[in-house]
Amino acid sequence: MALLQISEPGQSPAPHERKLAVGIDLGTTNSLVATVRSGVAVVLPDAQGRKLLPSVVRYLPDGKVEVGYAAKARQASDPRNTVASVKRYMGRGIRDVAHAEGDPYDFVDAPGMVQIRTVAGPKSPVEISAEVLKVLRRRAEESLGGPLAGAVITVPAYFDDAQRQATKDAGRLAGLNVLRLLNEPTAAAVAYGLDNAAEGVYAVYDLGGGTFDLSILRLSRGIFEVIATSGDSMLGGDDFDQRVYCWILEKAKLPPLPAPDMRLLMMKAREAKEYLSVHAQTRITARLSIGEVVDVELDGETFCNITQTLVQKTLVPVRKALRDAGLRPDEIKGVVMVGGATRMPQIQRAVGEFFNRDPLNNLDPDKVVALGAAMQADVLVGNKREGDEWLLLDVIPLSLGIETMGGLVEKILPRNTTIPAGRAQEFTTFKDGQTAMSFHVVQGERELVSDCRSLARFELRGIPPMAAGAARIRVEFQVDADGLLSVSARESTTGIQASIAVKPSYGLGDADIERMLRDSIEHAEEDVHARALAESRVEGQRLIEATRSAMQADAALLAESEAKSIDAALEALAAAVAGSDHRAIKQAMEALGRATDSFAARRMDESIRRALAGRRIGSL
Amino acid sequence: MGNHFELFELRPAFAIDAARLDEAYRRAQAAVHPDRFAAASDAERRASMQWTTRLNEAYRALKDPVQRAKHLLELHGVDVAFETNTQMPPQFLMQQLETRERLEAATAGKDAAALDALADELAGQRRALEEALGEAIDERSDYAGAADLVRKLMFLRRIGEEIDAAYEAIE
Repeated sequence: MALLQISEPGQSPAPHERKLAVGIDLGTTNSLVATVRSGVAVVLPDAQGRKLLPSVVRYLPDGKVEVGYAAKARQASDPRNTVASVKRYMGRGIRDVAHAEGDPYDFVDAPGMVQIRTVAGPKSPVEISAEVLKVLRRRAEESLGGPLAGAVITVPAYFDDAQRQATKDAGRLAGLNVLRLLNEPTAAAVAYGLDNAAEGVYAVYDLGGGTFDLSILRLSRGIFEVIATSGDSMLGGDDFDQRVYCWILEKAKLPPLPAPDMRLLMMKAREAKEYLSVHAQTRITARLSIGEVVDVELDGETFCNITQTLVQKTLVPVRKALRDAGLRPDEIKGVVMVGGATRMPQIQRAVGEFFNRDPLNNLDPDKVVALGAAMQADVLVGNKREGDEWLLLDVIPLSLGIETMGGLVEKILPRNTTIPAGRAQEFTTFKDGQTAMSFHVVQGERELVSDCRSLARFELRGIPPMAAGAARIRVEFQVDADGLLSVSARESTTGIQASIAVKPSYGLGDADIERMLRDSIEHAEEDVHARALAESRVEGQRLIEATRSAMQADAALLAESEAKSIDAALEALAAAVAGSDHRAIKQAMEALGRATDSFAARRMDESIRRALAGRRIGSL
Repeated sequence: MGNHFELFELRPAFAIDAARLDEAYRRAQAAVHPDRFAAASDAERRASMQWTTRLNEAYRALKDPVQRAKHLLELHGVDVAFETNTQMPPQFLMQQLETRERLEAATAGKDAAALDALADELAGQRRALEEALGEAIDERSDYAGAADLVRKLMFLRRIGEEIDAAYEAIE
């Protein structure tokens, strides 16, 4: 892993140097893990050959945890301790889940994010998701024969900052090195585009278990550029189950049901939905604990009618994305269908009619996201040959802004801005002698703060007292390649600088993650420190090698004094790696990072210059 | 932060060579994008993110007619001052007032076809203004006149946003 991954054309990493990387589709209903093997992306099955892992987690009184099919089988008999569709609660507060009438859980209000009370104590959606990820990690490590170098985890494109941060935290909690959060429709576009050598403008219609995304991408010569994305993070296949469930209640004239019966009927509703995707009608039968016997017939036409509004609801984001992209439906070359819910014939029909062309169904809608994520993980971890790589240019789905006087929102970064993105805006004080200023960071499209999602609040203190309007407070927004935001503020008139970097409050700090890792049963049995030390040593060694090869490659960019201080930092890191304190290794790595900061920036400048010079030679 | 045109080695003009811009942007992105540095040191990841952020900002500004014109005018020392200078010719204002009235009627009547017609008209007006803007900047070097045109374009953009909001409101 050289600093600029400089390798001669035609030179590829030797097979034994290939790093193990996976793509994980952490779905509402099912999750999958995939990897690239001999150049082909494949989904990794469990020991029984099953590729999907139901995203269901059951907590037992003795502290044990069941995940997947075993947990799914106990949904009806142990509904309160068996959590399904937890993705719907990621990064969500108690008010957001108020609508969850079909859910038998005991929600607990907690700062930042709701929790679910189980027999093993209150569990946050992050912890519950981490259980699913741990099973997939173990599956991959057993199947690939070693620890993973990194993973790409997919998220709905329309996930906001809170939901993304929660997903990344779940990955870290599961012991994964999260290389990137990748938007699900973008992952699907990668898998589809590379498989079909597609060029042109495509739409990806992704209806998952609990979320809906619509992304419009331009595919051109190895670049996947998202032009616009839209969606609804509270709309998915689950809602179709819910409609069928309500229909059963009404049809069978049932009284309010206890939790096990609710869960049983929800499962029956899902089965009926799936059956109706390929058959004209179905019979729904169930024996309830309250003594009632349900026996009703549902045909395709009725199913269509009761879900009509849901189907129409998906077309709202479709039209919005097209407007944002400045395109008409007939300018879209193809519509890639993703997510198990797109198997429903009424969805296929509605999409076909809207775009006036048959949707593209040639990839398995359940697997395409995981496959695309695996391909991207393979690139990110450095397994691809130079020139063999492609580039993803993704966007933020929702505008990011700051609250101003009167509860209004000043948009700093508009939706569909390509990431990484950054922008600074100046604000000023409104009172004489004001020494502090508070900021409220929000996400959403509406003009009123109360209609947007609150991401973070923070204060800048220590502003020197001056007349109202004289202070210059520079607020900087930065969104990284995962779509995650950080904000900082600085007073800049007087040279006195106060600055603060915020991480939205629902995010877990490094200390939280470490504590939770320690608390979890799996890690209590192994030595947390030994693991941390081993990992730090590998990272430290990697950094030493990368730095040395960068110094060799670009010796001309280094002043003698700078080379000396980098050498000193290198030696200190080598000594730390030889020792047995993982914190000392981290500190030495940070010191080396500081010593190489400006060198790294110059190398980057140089590589831009070379890239643009190459264009001149090529085009003149 | 420097000149967006220089960054991509383009001639500073309103009429840009879009293909050349795309090509330069892609090449530069391929060299510094964070996807190339996912497993690199913190220092390099930081440098990569800063460069990519700058490339994205410059590319977005150059692709967008309003931002491109504003950037050019700034390079010529002319401030568009949209926030403070809201003076518009009466005829232009009358026309926009009428557009707003039609917009309100279409929204109230949930008339998507009327919104489509308004959006089309607006697109036509914007194209005409962009053409005039290119002429003012590139051929006549009339930067003060260009600033007036940019203000009009920004005004139309706001109406465009209102039309988008109206679509959402009637859906």
